[in-house]
Amino acid sequence: MNPARTLVESLLPLPVLLPLLGAGAALVLAGRPRVQRWLSVGVLTAVVAIAAILVAGSAEQPQVLTVGSWPAPIGITLVADQLSTIMLLTSMTVTLLVLLYAIGQGTSDDDSRTPVSIFHPTYLVLAAGVANAFLSGDLFNLYVGFEVLLMASYVLLTLGGTRSRVRAGLTYVVVNVVSSLVFLAGIALVYAAVGTLNLAQISERMAAVDPGTQLAIHLVLLTAFGIKAAVFPLSAWLPDSYPTAAAPVTAVFAGLLTKVGVYSIIRTQTLLFPDDPVAEGILMVAALATMVIGALGAIAQDDVKRVLSFTLVSHIGYMIFGVALATPAGVGAAIFYVVHHITVQATLFCVAGLVERVGGSTSTTRLAGLAAASPLLAVLYFVPAINLGGIPPLSGFVGKLGLVEAGVQDGSVLAWFLVGGAVLTSLLTLYAMAKVWVLAFWRPRDQLPVEHPEDVEFNDLDHEDGRYPVMIGAGRAANGGESYSGAFLGAAGAVSEEQRQPVALPRTMTAATGALVAVGLALTLVAGPLYTLTDRAAADLTSRTPYVTAVFGQAVDERVTR
Amino acid sequence: MSSSFLLLALIAVLYTAGVYLLLDRSLTRVLLGVLVLGNATNLLVISAGGPFGAAALVGRAPESAMSDALVQALVLTAIVITLGVAAFLLSIIHRTWTLDQEDDLTVDTEDRSVRRRLARDEQIDEDEFDTTGCEQTSDTDDEHAGGAARTGAAGAQA
Repeated sequence: MNPARTLVESLLPLPVLLPLLGAGAALVLAGRPRVQRWLSVGVLTAVVAIAAILVAGSAEQPQVLTVGSWPAPIGITLVADQLSTIMLLTSMTVTLLVLLYAIGQGTSDDDSRTPVSIFHPTYLVLAAGVANAFLSGDLFNLYVGFEVLLMASYVLLTLGGTRSRVRAGLTYVVVNVVSSLVFLAGIALVYAAVGTLNLAQISERMAAVDPGTQLAIHLVLLTAFGIKAAVFPLSAWLPDSYPTAAAPVTAVFAGLLTKVGVYSIIRTQTLLFPDDPVAEGILMVAALATMVIGALGAIAQDDVKRVLSFTLVSHIGYMIFGVALATPAGVGAAIFYVVHHITVQATLFCVAGLVERVGGSTSTTRLAGLAAASPLLAVLYFVPAINLGGIPPLSGFVGKLGLVEAGVQDGSVLAWFLVGGAVLTSLLTLYAMAKVWVLAFWRPRDQLPVEHPEDVEFNDLDHEDGRYPVMIGAGRAANGGESYSGAFLGAAGAVSEEQRQPVALPRTMTAATGALVAVGLALTLVAGPLYTLTDRAAADLTSRTPYVTAVFGQAVDERVTR
Repeated sequence: MSSSFLLLALIAVLYTAGVYLLLDRSLTRVLLGVLVLGNATNLLVISAGGPFGAAALVGRAPESAMSDALVQALVLTAIVITLGVAAFLLSIIHRTWTLDQEDDLTVDTEDRSVRRRLARDEQIDEDEFDTTGCEQTSDTDDEHAGGAARTGAAGAQA
């Protein structure tokens, strides 16, 4: 074994271990917020660096680590192939930047409503769970990864324990518990059918199973992952629960959680059940419905965060579309789209947090004149918004073009429908984004409609209810002297000349959002090489042999050395 | 693989009861539903391990007579996870209770505002000139009293 390879292998468990150990340390350091902040940033920076090394290290062949040196089918394996490492690098980069945003916003600072500073430990546990899910080479370990990240997400979503968050948290927790139980039932069925949970071994043995049984198991797993990824008939929980959380929490959820579901769908689709026309057909119809219905939902909303939640659901459809085509071109485009979407969606939710800070609301019925109030914020919104809408030459356009090309190559009637749906969804998304832009950013302040008295009371109740208390309360603490004089600028009422001056944005939050926008633009710049990378990942996935030989090849090695 | 019919029947009953409880409005019943569903799934995992046999300890029984130890390990993990989730759910339910003195799931905020808007639009359709819409302000007081959110929604609907 050459030393470079062993180095990469020994790095494999670190993306899971480091955040977990960091979470423990952060909990111990709860009394010292400054140290705690530096610790979390340090840990996540290290994980990003390791993920970058893993991307390079897995370029030739998938890297495998057998935990505790138990050979492959017996022990747990961690596998880093190109799909996992690309996902890991993207998600950890976004996680790190959103953490900086959260520190800027002060979600992490303890205030009266969160007596124990649990944000940092929980956030790190979330990162560990995501990393474990991506690197797992074993179906049950994937389940454990899911549970770790879900448990952390339950806590983050209900942070502060206010009425609206507890209400949203209940829906979220119950839906996700059910999806986990469906997943566990799927694991039981897989084990009953093939007698193993090692992904590589399942893929070898599944072909011998009766096609009817295969389809049943496949559909159970797809249902579980479909709920987590928010694919259409199973997506209703998402727009109800995400918008109530604190802005950085929503941003990181939008970027990561649904994508872990998409990752699992890609993995089961390509590795475990490669030729299953029935499931592919179902996925295509689901993808079409997810795209169009999500986009229509986005248009109907008048709250920025809810608009974004619906576009999030809608664009999951694009990824499912690529996976359902089951061609290397389709899967490659889907992976590219995942990378693009993680970045852009997280960016937009961060921007929504800034809009809320500056305008005092996220409702388009109460926002106006933001472009004049803060030109920088307008730019920060505009770039990712048109990127999401798919305006060339940005990465959103490249991803959609790749998917449309793959669909046209496929040539079936359903694929043509999907191509049409993808183009339509792109336009509808652009319309939804433009609507927010026109209402919140461009509309002069004096054109704000007079609110219905009931709605004023209703919305104010929401605030009194403490819908965003952690953020507002902590904003003061974090920024010290920097008061949020700009807040409630958008609230109805007379506006003095003074308030028309550009509003100062919180510095750290803006810098973090700016960095996310920059990452989105960088994806456009490196779109060529990245596309080559995702295409190679897709080729490896669809041929399946590199993954299986990597897992069992090494197991054979170890048996010989013993 | 072979499995006990009784076990399968038990799993089916537990799944049915679990789904029924899960769909209830009372949060305590939802929690019970989650627990019952969790146990049903755990039994399913156990039954996936094949026929029952001796404890999987080397030397106690011939290997062929042993039951599958892997499924037991899986279920142990699953039980721990379900316990954690149940504890969290219980704490949320307790939180709902301290906020609202209510065990039932309240109507979603967004649903309430949509319903409010719909009711108002109908009102406007009926009488174009009456757009003041101040006739339903009483529900605000209800909400201040806490826990009467649904009364407010009902008021808007009326």
